[in-house]
Amino acid sequence: MKVTRRAEFSASHICSSPQLSPDENRAIYGEGANPHGHGHNYVLEVTVEGEPDPVTGMVMDLKHLKQVIQEEVIDPMDHRFLNREVAPFDRVIPTAENLAMEIWRRLAPRLASDKTRLDCVRLFETEDLYVEYRGELA
Amino acid sequence: MIELTRRYRFSASHRLHTPVLTEAENREVYGKCNHPYGHGHDYILEVRLRGKPDPQTGVLLPVAKLDQLVRQAVLDDYDHKFLNEEVATFRTTPPTTENLAADIYRRLRQQWPFGENPSFSGVRIFETRRNVVELQ
Repeated sequence: MKVTRRAEFSASHICSSPQLSPDENRAIYGEGANPHGHGHNYVLEVTVEGEPDPVTGMVMDLKHLKQVIQEEVIDPMDHRFLNREVAPFDRVIPTAENLAMEIWRRLAPRLASDKTRLDCVRLFETEDLYVEYRGELA
Repeated sequence: MIELTRRYRFSASHRLHTPVLTEAENREVYGKCNHPYGHGHDYILEVRLRGKPDPQTGVLLPVAKLDQLVRQAVLDDYDHKFLNEEVATFRTTPPTTENLAADIYRRLRQQWPFGENPSFSGVRIFETRRNVVELQ
């Protein structure tokens, strides 16, 4: 059974590669490459898979899931300029794809137990663009 | 692998009716969707793709390229049209959301210029916020 918890954070970023010219960056990232950055209200959905505990009836205590998301994602990323303030985005371009993979790397070890595993990180950059990551093997 | 979904909107009118059935049968099957002068919806189209992000750019695909494809392959034909008359497929098949999904899927599959990375992995169409069809 899969359980999903939603969280939100607001952050700014610039998507451009120092190895590419301004024109190339604009062709790939569009307005996302504007040099002074811009921001989004990101919506994060974290899905955990497991069997409900026969006593508690829960796959995972949602307070625990909320706490892990808070510590690993919201506290470090909310109201931050990702490129400057959140590693590894000082050297990795903070595209939605790279953000989702980084969030997976932060959450997966903390949500793994003998009964549960992280199933999916879904990150909405806007209402009209979202990415889903299910780990290296998926 | 990572999956990316991009959402588009188009507004179109249609009438659900098939010449294979009688007038009474059409009314029975399609209900108010069979009203003779048609009606419209603000559709939401989700296009999904899968692959590995380019290690240098960190993206599966520049979104503008996807937007351009979907505009040319689908939206230019569908948006603000009467589907039964103006989109070729629907002169012969009723423009149900299922048939819209199949036609849009076929168009994107046939015209997909990006190869296997990223690959086209399906569409989801909201006819209203309560009716959704998905084709993978």
